[in-house]
Amino acid sequence: MKAGSSRIIEWLGFWALRACMGFVALILVIVFYDIITKGIGIISWQFLTQPPLDGMTKGGIFPALIGTLFVTIIAGLLAVPLGMGCAIHLNEYARDNGLTRFIRMSIRNLSGVPSIVYGLFGVALFVEAAHFGTSILAAGCTLGLMTLPVTITASEEALKTVPRAYREGALALGATKWQSIWGNVLPYAVPGMLTGAILGISRAAGETAPILFTGAAFFLPDIPNSVFSQFMALPYHLYIMSTQHHNIVLVRPIAYGTALVLIVLVFTLNLAAVIMRYNLRKKGIAHGQ
Amino acid sequence: MDNKIRMKAENVDFFYGRQQALKGIHLDIASNAVTAIIGPSGCGKSTFIRLLNRMHELVPNAVLTGRILLDGKDIIAPDVDAVDLRRRVGMVFQKPNPFPKSIFENVAYGLQINGMKDKGKIEERVIESLKKAALWDEVKHRLHDSALGMSGGQQQRLCIARCLAIEPEVILFDEPCASLDPISTHKVEALILELKKDYTIVIVTHNMQQAARVSDYTGFFYMGEMVEFGRTEVMFTRPRDKRTEDYITGRFG
Amino acid sequence: MNRRIKEKIIEGFFFLNGIIVIGILVGIFVILVRNAWPAFHDVSVGDMIKWPSWNPDAYTTPTYGILPMLMSTLMVTLGSLAVAVPVGIGAAAYLSDVADPRVREIAKPIVEILAGIPSVVLGFLGIVLVGPMICKLTGRYNGLNAVNGSILLAVMALPTIISLSEDALGSVPRSYEEASMALGANKWQTVIQVKIPAAASGILAACMLGMGRAIGETMTVLMATGNAAEFPGSFLGPVKTMTATIAIELGEVAYHTTHYYMLFVVGLMLFIITFFVNLAADVFFHKHTRAR
Repeated sequence: MKAGSSRIIEWLGFWALRACMGFVALILVIVFYDIITKGIGIISWQFLTQPPLDGMTKGGIFPALIGTLFVTIIAGLLAVPLGMGCAIHLNEYARDNGLTRFIRMSIRNLSGVPSIVYGLFGVALFVEAAHFGTSILAAGCTLGLMTLPVTITASEEALKTVPRAYREGALALGATKWQSIWGNVLPYAVPGMLTGAILGISRAAGETAPILFTGAAFFLPDIPNSVFSQFMALPYHLYIMSTQHHNIVLVRPIAYGTALVLIVLVFTLNLAAVIMRYNLRKKGIAHGQ
Repeated sequence: MDNKIRMKAENVDFFYGRQQALKGIHLDIASNAVTAIIGPSGCGKSTFIRLLNRMHELVPNAVLTGRILLDGKDIIAPDVDAVDLRRRVGMVFQKPNPFPKSIFENVAYGLQINGMKDKGKIEERVIESLKKAALWDEVKHRLHDSALGMSGGQQQRLCIARCLAIEPEVILFDEPCASLDPISTHKVEALILELKKDYTIVIVTHNMQQAARVSDYTGFFYMGEMVEFGRTEVMFTRPRDKRTEDYITGRFG
Repeated sequence: MNRRIKEKIIEGFFFLNGIIVIGILVGIFVILVRNAWPAFHDVSVGDMIKWPSWNPDAYTTPTYGILPMLMSTLMVTLGSLAVAVPVGIGAAAYLSDVADPRVREIAKPIVEILAGIPSVVLGFLGIVLVGPMICKLTGRYNGLNAVNGSILLAVMALPTIISLSEDALGSVPRSYEEASMALGANKWQTVIQVKIPAAASGILAACMLGMGRAIGETMTVLMATGNAAEFPGSFLGPVKTMTATIAIELGEVAYHTTHYYMLFVVGLMLFIITFFVNLAADVFFHKHTRAR
């Protein structure tokens, strides 16, 4: 009798756990179903290549697409080399001392700083103090700083997968530390570092809060012509189209289309990174690592 | 001793953090001879051999006191560059560790980082090293294949060739046959005997038969101390210390 | 010798690269403090707490009461955790102990993809999907309120809670599980009475990090909670969180006015709150890893 009731409880409990996971999966299905079914209708070549027309009630999202591309590239140019350098310091040079622990604590804390606070920091530092103005450069740098913890962590993980034996082998042959890192560590770590960088950058591409005041513009008919121009961005455009436009209901299809393009963009980047990582792992096994 | 003393450890203590790994080691390493270091695992033999080319510096919190001399000069002294030292004192590791490059590039690597640019010279030296390592006949038609496609024994001889290419004076072998099959082991041992004509060799091994086969001198390490040192044939036939006798007769370890 | 100097320079370069991270963290703090500081000349801390509303544009006397937005943030955060913590731990336990490996291969990417959805997209769905749904269920005219924000924040916090809790459960030594099973416990009893308690500090760390994300999240709450500056009345009323206040007002405020400085005060508070939430997560996490 007792064994029987505990079996029923186990059965119920497991179904409760399954329901939790099912609920999570359901959320994802709803999100994608809603956006794809309602957004796919408006997607066309014109939508992707035209600027918004007629008071943003018609036309496409071309300037926003280009703006997001530019600002993401700048974020990557800042975050990737800095992230790699910091990871090289931590994994190859740093000793386990108080300073190193402080650096690691800073990284964990930076990854928890709210994106809107990065926005405030960007306004004070890049827009004002550095005199970048509200511009692609200021917004890109702000996003870059926000991405930094991700690129550092990913780069360090990539460095950790390189066997110690490669470093020792080179050092025992009289290589200097830098020769061993440059010749026998980085070539095997860089693909993994870049995979992580893409993951970080894909997040930057979808962020809105840090660019709200650092350079994103409501509407610009032309694509930006320098890094000091303001720009339109996909996530900001979606925000505008769903809350700030004078006729929100009329432009709803455009908002759905923008949301669809945005998630497709983010997930293409993600997928690229996942495929790269998968290939790397397979190669890693073939190398007997 | 019959041979000239090449390296010398004087009163060496070594710590990992607070933990003492080696206690008061005195050891003479003779030129053009093979010196074996034996002992049960954890006795400090691998720790010791890594001091001889300062590979211990890769471990954080490592503390070394005492002196280690090469040709009478203290190699631990702060004015000695570890990089220069490692070009004179080469090392072959427990597990073959070829770089994931071609066979040729593996051997050429040490030359390139030492600043050799002349392609003809590099090629000459690579071939010479592969021949010395008794590997040339097996790989001469596939020099540009990946080194990772070789057998374990070939990989280990490649690592020896890689080490020979930079013309060291002393070669340290850290359990070089630990991961090899008997045939490959035999080849590597034959090679070591051949190499002692030109080099000073130190080998760490947990295999007593191997020490008996290849070495001229043997030191027995036990719990961080060197219990006994002497000519190999003497040590294996008439050990002075009870612990040495127990070890070589297989009563522990 | 030359070579040694070159090596030192390279090492120094990477060292600088490493300490830049500290510089950024300290820099954020300093800039927030510097821009927040002048606010305290104009507005006393007592007034910030005493004033019942945040009304910087008032014609006669602007008021800068921070309690309404603090309360709003607290409400949506707790609301989101009420959903995300049980569901997240349940899903994590499913992934680590119930799912067979093939299902897990499919389920884990679901969590990763969920984490990758840009917050602005979720905010958008709050407007077009969750809002109307709330209207239908409650008969209210407006569905942009604290409940809406809580639901969306739960979605944002779930991936963090699931994946970190699963890690924590996965790192419980197998021997615990075996010991429990060997005593005749079934799998459910083992999960509930042995594994989850053994992983408790790691799971707590996961929940703290999820909470940190919810507190700092901007776009979803900005778009979905209605943004009324009054003191929040109920979960079905509109609220305006700290993040949303900054997001709405910094774009319109004149630089270097009291209002501008007050927004940095809010930013500084956010920074400090999330800093301590993350620090707490860190402490729990270390407790978890040291326990093994």
